Formats: sequence, C-alpha cells, structure tokens
Amino acid sequence: MIARIVATAITEAHIARRNLWVLIAVVLMVVFSLVLSAVGSAPSGGLGADRLSITVASLTSLSVYLVPLVALLMSFDAVAGEVERGTLPLLLTYPVARWEILAGKLVAHTGILVVALVAGYGAAALIAVVGDPAAAAGVGALWRLTWTSALLGATFLGIGYALSSLARRASGAAGLAIGLWLGLVVLYDLALLAAVVADDGGIFTTQFFPAALLANPADAFRLFNLTASQATAAATGIGAAAASIALWQSLVSVLCWPLVALGLATLAFRKVQP
Amino acid sequence: MTSTLTISHLTKSFGGVKALSDVSLHVAAGERVALLGHNGAGKSTLMKVILGLIAADSGEISVCGAAPGGAAARAKVAYLPENATFHSALTGLEQITYYLRLRGENTSEAMALLEKVGLGHAAKRRIGTYSKGMRQRVGLAQTLIGHPDLLVLDEPTSGLDPVSRRDFYALLDRLAAEGAAILLSSHALTEVEARTDRLLILSGGQMVATGSLPDLRREAALPVAMHVTARKGYDADILAALPNAIRVGGALHLTCSQEDKLGTLAQISGLKNKVTDIDVIPPSLEDIYSHFSRRDGQ
Repeated sequence: MIARIVATAITEAHIARRNLWVLIAVVLMVVFSLVLSAVGSAPSGGLGADRLSITVASLTSLSVYLVPLVALLMSFDAVAGEVERGTLPLLLTYPVARWEILAGKLVAHTGILVVALVAGYGAAALIAVVGDPAAAAGVGALWRLTWTSALLGATFLGIGYALSSLARRASGAAGLAIGLWLGLVVLYDLALLAAVVADDGGIFTTQFFPAALLANPADAFRLFNLTASQATAAATGIGAAAASIALWQSLVSVLCWPLVALGLATLAFRKVQP
Repeated sequence: MTSTLTISHLTKSFGGVKALSDVSLHVAAGERVALLGHNGAGKSTLMKVILGLIAADSGEISVCGAAPGGAAARAKVAYLPENATFHSALTGLEQITYYLRLRGENTSEAMALLEKVGLGHAAKRRIGTYSKGMRQRVGLAQTLIGHPDLLVLDEPTSGLDPVSRRDFYALLDRLAAEGAAILLSSHALTEVEARTDRLLILSGGQMVATGSLPDLRREAALPVAMHVTARKGYDADILAALPNAIRVGGALHLTCSQEDKLGTLAQISGLKNKVTDIDVIPPSLEDIYSHFSRRDGQ
C-alpha cells in the first residue's frame, strides 16, 4: 500500500517539476508574501505587537485566498487530465486501489505546496526578524500558520480531485474549481456578513453563524490562526464577529477537512468509468 | 490444458443498446487467440469487461480463477490499450519504473524492459517527443512486467512498422511458450493468420465464429476463383467448355465450390492445348472474415 502511494507520489513529483508547477507555486507564494510584508510593515508600530506576529496576521489573510487557489490549480487536472489523455484505463488495470492513486497525488502536491509555503513565509519572516529584534516572539504563530496552511492546501487539493472526477474534462474541472474558489473563499464570507448584518444579533448570528464558519475550511483556518494568536481584535469583519468560537472547534475543523476532502475525492473517483 | 480466461453467456448493454450479447469464450494457458471484428463490434468493450474496467450485465467471467477487476486478477493480467498514451512530461524510463513499482517489481528491470522493445536509446527522453510507434512500444514494455498469466492486447501492432511487428510477434511467441494466455484484437488479418492459434470473430456484439483458420475456411465453404488465360483465338472454345466462365479483360474468370475444385481443374487441364495459364485463388482471409461478420444481419 505504502509502496504504491509512494510510487504515484514520485511520478507526480516528476510531472509537477517538468510542468513548472513547483516553480510557479514557489514564485507566487514568495512574491505575494514579500509584497504583503512590505506593505504591512507600516502600521506595526501602533499595535504594540512584534513585527513577526503582525506579518503572520497579514499572511493568514493572504493564505486564505492564495493557498486554496494554488491547490485547486494543481489538482483540477488530476483525474480529468488522465481521462482526457486516455491514461486512466491502463492505470486502473494495475493492482492499485483508486484511493491509493489519489493519496499518492495528494502526497506529491502537498509536498510541493509545503515547499512553496516555507519559501514564501520564510522570506517574509526573515524580513520581519531582520527589522525587529523582538520578532522572535512570533515564531510560534509562524509555525502554526505553516502547518495549518499545509492542511488547508491538502483540503483544497482533495476538493480539486473530487471536482476533477466529477467534471471528467479538464476544462470543465477548471471552471468548477474557479467557481468553488470564488464561492468558498470570497462569496461565502460576503453572504455570511450580509446575513449577520441583516439578522442584527438574532438567532442566525448566535446559532447558525458559528457553525457556518466552522463548516468552511477556509474560514476555519482563518479563525484558528486568529484565535490562537489572539489577533481577533486586530482583524476585521468576520474574524471579529467570530470571537465567541472556541479554539478547539476550529482546530477540529482544520484537522478533519483534509480527510473529509480525500474521502469525497475517492467517492467521486470511484464513479469514474474509464 | 487449464483455461486462463473463461467467459460464458456474457451480456452487456449501454442504455438499451446491446454491446455484447451471450458471448462465450475461453483462452487456455499458452494459447494465442485473435479477436476480430469491425469497429463497434464490441471488441474493446469485451476487453474492458475482462479487465474489470466495466461491469457485465450478466454472465460469468473467470480471469485466472478470480473475478475480473479484483486485486487477484489485476495482479496477473497485463493490458495494452488501443493507442497507448502516457503523460508526455515523463520519460520512458520513469513511466516504466512507475509501473514496476505499482506491481511491486524491482525497478532496476526498467532499462532491460525498454531495451527488449527497442527503446533503450530513447529511455531518458520525454514520452512527449516519441513517435506513435515508440509510444506503442512503451505500452508493450509495460505488458511484459512480472510475467503476467493473461495478456489482453487491443490492436497491439497498430502504428508499428513491419520489422517491429515481426519482433512483437516473436515476443508473443516466447510469452506463450512460457505459458501466458494471449488475447489480442487486430485489423491486420494476414498478420494474425500466421501468428495466432485461434480466431474469434465478433459481429454486432455476438460471437459469430471461433476456430483455427482451416476450420473457419471449411465452415465458410466459400467458392474458389480461377483465372484462365486462353491461347489466342481459343476463347470461344473454352467458354463453350466451361459454361459458367465469364470474360474479364483478357482472361476468363470462373468460380466453383470447394468440392468441385478438383473436377473443374481436371476439366481445364483437358483443354491444355487451348490454355496458356491458370491461377487458382482460394478465398482470402478477408473473404472469410467478411463472410462471418456479415452473417447475422450486418
């Protein structure tokens, strides 16, 4: 089992390296992180926090958008591409389970994402530490951001595989992936915010709203990082409204989502008839 | 001889259209069997059912003593799809190494496998730069991994040049001699005639003929054609002697049944002063094939 997952992971890593996905992911993360830390360094003096903690808070907001996007870009082709190329029937005659194929791809793609995250966050952190000797206090927050980002990425990779299996054509899968990204990462929050405003402290805000935040992997990720670093006060909008949600709840969501996503992907992949 | 692949009364339909109806066949260990049929006759569907890629509606299938598509069957079966394709970013060596890993075999065999199919020189080039024939040979190399008991080959020689085809069949002969059962589909009739033990003809989803080529030839009982060239001026005499002959260009054409063949020849040799040449043309494999595949309403 492990050998077959590793075999797929090695092959996917070769493909990603040749297709420049490693390079693209790393460059994206580094560029955006550097831009953010340059822009975000201005107001740090007034907040009384060390510079690295401020950088991590900014990176959290960035990662909510960027990590799912990069993950979906890497994964939308995973099954649909094999179907379109005609490589799937042969692969499925090998003694390898479908979930093992997906797990292998997940290992490789998550690995690439981790490389990109370390490069991007590392570059931003380096600048923060150089500029502020007290920044070492923020290392814990940075570490927390890194591993939760990897889990967020794994979640969206799994979702990407599921969409790829459902669409069966790469172009359709790309459309679904972009739509899902917009829905979960952008519109979801806007809709919740609008509902909270309209509800004005009613049943929705107290009962339904926290559950809705935890159900969305991107929101759970942001919530966990902001709650853990007690930065909710500095955050705006949704983050501030969700201060009542306990840390362990968002942690469970962050930890469970990658498994749920892989499970969904396997279910969708099983339905693909070569 | 033990049967490696046994199928009885297999039926499969797609949305009400029968792709395969009541198909039965068996392939024994060491046997090379060719599956013939028009495009859309059901060859690829039959192969996919054998591989477990699609499920049958009814019927029984035993692949190496196991259910098709199960882990036990997949470990013993090798498949070459029609127009084998691979990820263009991988090298031939990486692709074969991947397949070796999936089968739990030693990855150091990859180079030897590629050399066996004549791709040693291109092993470290990306498959995207390969010709169709080279990709087909990568497909062939992966079927040789781990001594499979059953090889299912969908038009294995399409895209191969004549020399590669000969090498391919030599490879098959060796595998069959080692006890592998081989089921291959092909459009190249003359090729399978010489290099397989038995033919199966599929038409409109039904198995319309099975047997060796001499068996099928006998069963079809197609007429034999003869072309007689007359000595100058004797055409009319010959036409009178052979009433069913017709004039085609400069020659006289006639046909007769298999049983009448010797009698007709004797009759013609009786006219030897008036005949300069005679050609006897037995029904070709194409004729036999179309005879069987057109029967049953096609």
